[in-house]
Amino acid sequence: MTDLSYSEEEDEFRARLREWLAGVLPGLPPKPSPDDWPGRRAYDAAWQRMLYDAGYAGLHWPVDAGGQGATPTRQLIFLEETEKAGAPYVGANFVGLLHAGPTVAAEGTAEQRARWLPPVLRGEEIWCQGFSEPEAGSDLAALRTRAVRDGSHYVVSGQKIWTSHAEVADWCELLVRTDPRAPKHRGISWLAMPMDAPGVTVRPLRTLAGSTEFAEMFLDEVRVPVANRVGQENDGWRVTMVTLSFERGTAFVGEVVACRRTLAALAGEARATGRWDDAVLRRRLGRLNAEFRALWRLTQWNVSEAERSGGVPGAGGSVFKLRYSQARQELYEAAAEVLGADACDLDREWVLDRLSSLSYTIAAGTSQIQRNIVAERLLGLPKGR
Amino acid sequence: MDFSLSEDQRALRAGMRELLAGRFGRERMRAAVESGGGVDRGLWAELGAAGFFALRLPEAEGGVGLGLPESVLLFEEAGRVLLPGPLVATHLAAGVVKGAAEGRAVVTVLDRGGPVQDLGDADALLVLGEVVSLAAPDSARGAVAVRSVDPLTALLRPVRPVVGAEPLPAMSGGTLRYEGALLTAAEQLGSAARTLEAAVQHARGREQFGVAIGSFQAVKHLCAQMLVRTELARAAVYAAAVTGDPAETAGAKLLADEAAVANARDCLQVHGGMGFTWEADVHLHLKRAWLRSGRWLTAAEAEEALASDLGAGEGAERG
Repeated sequence: MTDLSYSEEEDEFRARLREWLAGVLPGLPPKPSPDDWPGRRAYDAAWQRMLYDAGYAGLHWPVDAGGQGATPTRQLIFLEETEKAGAPYVGANFVGLLHAGPTVAAEGTAEQRARWLPPVLRGEEIWCQGFSEPEAGSDLAALRTRAVRDGSHYVVSGQKIWTSHAEVADWCELLVRTDPRAPKHRGISWLAMPMDAPGVTVRPLRTLAGSTEFAEMFLDEVRVPVANRVGQENDGWRVTMVTLSFERGTAFVGEVVACRRTLAALAGEARATGRWDDAVLRRRLGRLNAEFRALWRLTQWNVSEAERSGGVPGAGGSVFKLRYSQARQELYEAAAEVLGADACDLDREWVLDRLSSLSYTIAAGTSQIQRNIVAERLLGLPKGR
Repeated sequence: MDFSLSEDQRALRAGMRELLAGRFGRERMRAAVESGGGVDRGLWAELGAAGFFALRLPEAEGGVGLGLPESVLLFEEAGRVLLPGPLVATHLAAGVVKGAAEGRAVVTVLDRGGPVQDLGDADALLVLGEVVSLAAPDSARGAVAVRSVDPLTALLRPVRPVVGAEPLPAMSGGTLRYEGALLTAAEQLGSAARTLEAAVQHARGREQFGVAIGSFQAVKHLCAQMLVRTELARAAVYAAAVTGDPAETAGAKLLADEAAVANARDCLQVHGGMGFTWEADVHLHLKRAWLRSGRWLTAAEAEEALASDLGAGEGAERG
């Protein structure tokens, strides 16, 4: 608890990164519109390439997977500084860099690592995540997409949903059922499916915000080489859990920093428009300041604990996610109050964010599921219904 | 950066937990409730001997030479067991009021004319305003007893303004208020953690419909939210202890007050009818949490301080 300062080496890393960001960010092209998927892909890929060339790609990946093997603290600094500088978000590279890539790095063969990891780091290949199904959302292990062995291939049929970036992805990390007779967690395998394989149909879904952030994906006898399976057959659930535990440790660092920027901007807007005189609103913003300051400290706490225990973040990520998703929704409710009548204007900043924020208590495990995880895994309460 | 507890800090906390378990276990606590609370001078002296009050005094002055982070850990333990008495005021007065550091003197505080805690047991009274001054307890002579909601905390309301006889120029009112708020937040954190434990223990053991009630999702979710509140408050309180930043401290008090009060309420709910009885300890935690919420820095004051901080034009600061 004694040390919230950073080492000299970490300070140097931060200074170099800041300098680099200040040099490259002004030259970036304008961000493409949210509905322009090819444009978004090109933009995100170009940014990833810049990170790669500057030595910042895969900072948190193991060295033998092409990464820098950086400590969680360095990763924290990287995410904090890039967000503070307004650098592009990880965007279309999210699954490749934060999920599929680390899975391949941890569980893949040498050939698989050599084939899939470098293009992710260079921004050349985009991945999407084929986990959820219409009948298997929160109950992920109930998935039914089937893969039947046919020689050196699996023949895959089924349907996936909520697949972000599916329109522009090259690869899909796909969970399939390879043993329909086994208990539901035991018959699942993890496959890397090429998105241009015959039989893959992607249909974009429109969100309540009016944009297409994700898609449904229909798989009709898609042939995937057995060599594309990561981990053992029917061991896909364990393979997936390995990487999910990593995802929640630092996944929201940049977003907490972003929330604090938004909150400061809200206070500025409220002062400029006279809404600041409203003590109820002012106190509400003050309260949110406490929330996001504490969430930032909780992140640092979780990172410190993870470093102390050897790098694997625990279920503490669920504690963070529960409070963060709620606080961020409250932030945009406060924003609506600051905007007043303008809160109905989709062209005003924060209005689309308010709509998007409705997903935070659903995506990556609903708050209800997270509470079950916290109660059972951290508090030791009995499993039940 | 290493924000986790050091080995020394863990040992310090374990030592205090052991001392309090031996000297102020549940039976002792319930006996204190039945006898109307008040300060146990023997225990006070033992706390003094263990360095509870002199923790932050330099070793050259007979103190332990540690800092706010360590004080916070000790006050968290005090909050867990509902240790009564004006602990925060006496700790803050160590080195200023004779005997406070050693636990020989009991020092309480008068803040903005509110009722004064344990005035009848006190040897000295800190008068907290723009400037801090010291008054003899009998300068509040004639103070009227308040029927205190917390059976472990005696409250007396002064009938006329109390003027501190002896100004203490070395103490800033602002610093004192924020340190008092932080240590009180630490007590709230300890209380929140304790009521969470009690709720989980009850939910594991109590059976209804043939199963432990902790297997019901409705009960699980109450407990999960209690942990979320506790851990957020913990991060806020510990960080404020390290930085000493006023806005961070205001946030810590706000979140710790909320955690202590809401956790006690949820703990009561998980206990069902049993939770509404005098025998269950949870009402004692709730009442003390209410009392502490109104002291040093209220929610309204904390939120205003945190709102003012938003004007500083900063995003996430370093560190």
